[in-house]
Amino acid sequence: MRRARWIALAALLLAGCANVAPYQRGYLAREAMALDPNPGMARALEKTYSAKEAASGGASVGGGGCGCN
Amino acid sequence: MRRLLAALLIAGSQSVLAVEAGSPPPEIAGPRLDAPGQSIALSSLKGKVVYVDFWASWCAPCRISFPVLDALYRENRPRGFVVIGVNKDVSALDAKKFLAKVPVTFPLVGDANDAIAKAYDVKTMPSGYLIDRKGVVHKVHRGFTPETGPAIREEIEALLKEPS
Repeated sequence: MRRARWIALAALLLAGCANVAPYQRGYLAREAMALDPNPGMARALEKTYSAKEAASGGASVGGGGCGCN
Repeated sequence: MRRLLAALLIAGSQSVLAVEAGSPPPEIAGPRLDAPGQSIALSSLKGKVVYVDFWASWCAPCRISFPVLDALYRENRPRGFVVIGVNKDVSALDAKKFLAKVPVTFPLVGDANDAIAKAYDVKTMPSGYLIDRKGVVHKVHRGFTPETGPAIREEIEALLKEPS
């Protein structure tokens, strides 16, 4: 049982997580890696969505609720 | 068991001594990206003031730093000032596209296996290491703002006046 615990700890420390150095961020900087590759489009979609669904403020916008946008 | 835990913690952490002011710079040697067939070595530039700049096409402040560094290089080259640009791009094509937009005249080297960046323990992009005529790191510039250019200019001016 104890041994299993140690093995689990070893697996946690030794496996998986790798530090990405500041100079290795070439892949992370790619457009496809962005959370939102096209902010303008996302904003337009959000506006349309909230108007069509009468859900202004539903997507992290302060105020709203009148459905008048 | 305690010893094992200590060993695991050491294995989990990564510590390299970063190059700071006062330390000797690790060697940079390799073929030039900008001039095929030619190579450059930092050790052969002793007696000159050298600015080693780590850059990449995905590094936004490098768009500001490159024209500034190139102007400094053109201006002070005859007095013994050299800039070496160490490229950290994943693909050489990205670097080429960047250079087409922001052309420079100073020598550039690649670092595909991260050996140079690891030796310097680069903590920010861009990072610049100003090396004096004696071959000692005089100042480390991490990041690049509009104030960095004039600061480097002053430092170069002082270092160029020093005897080699």
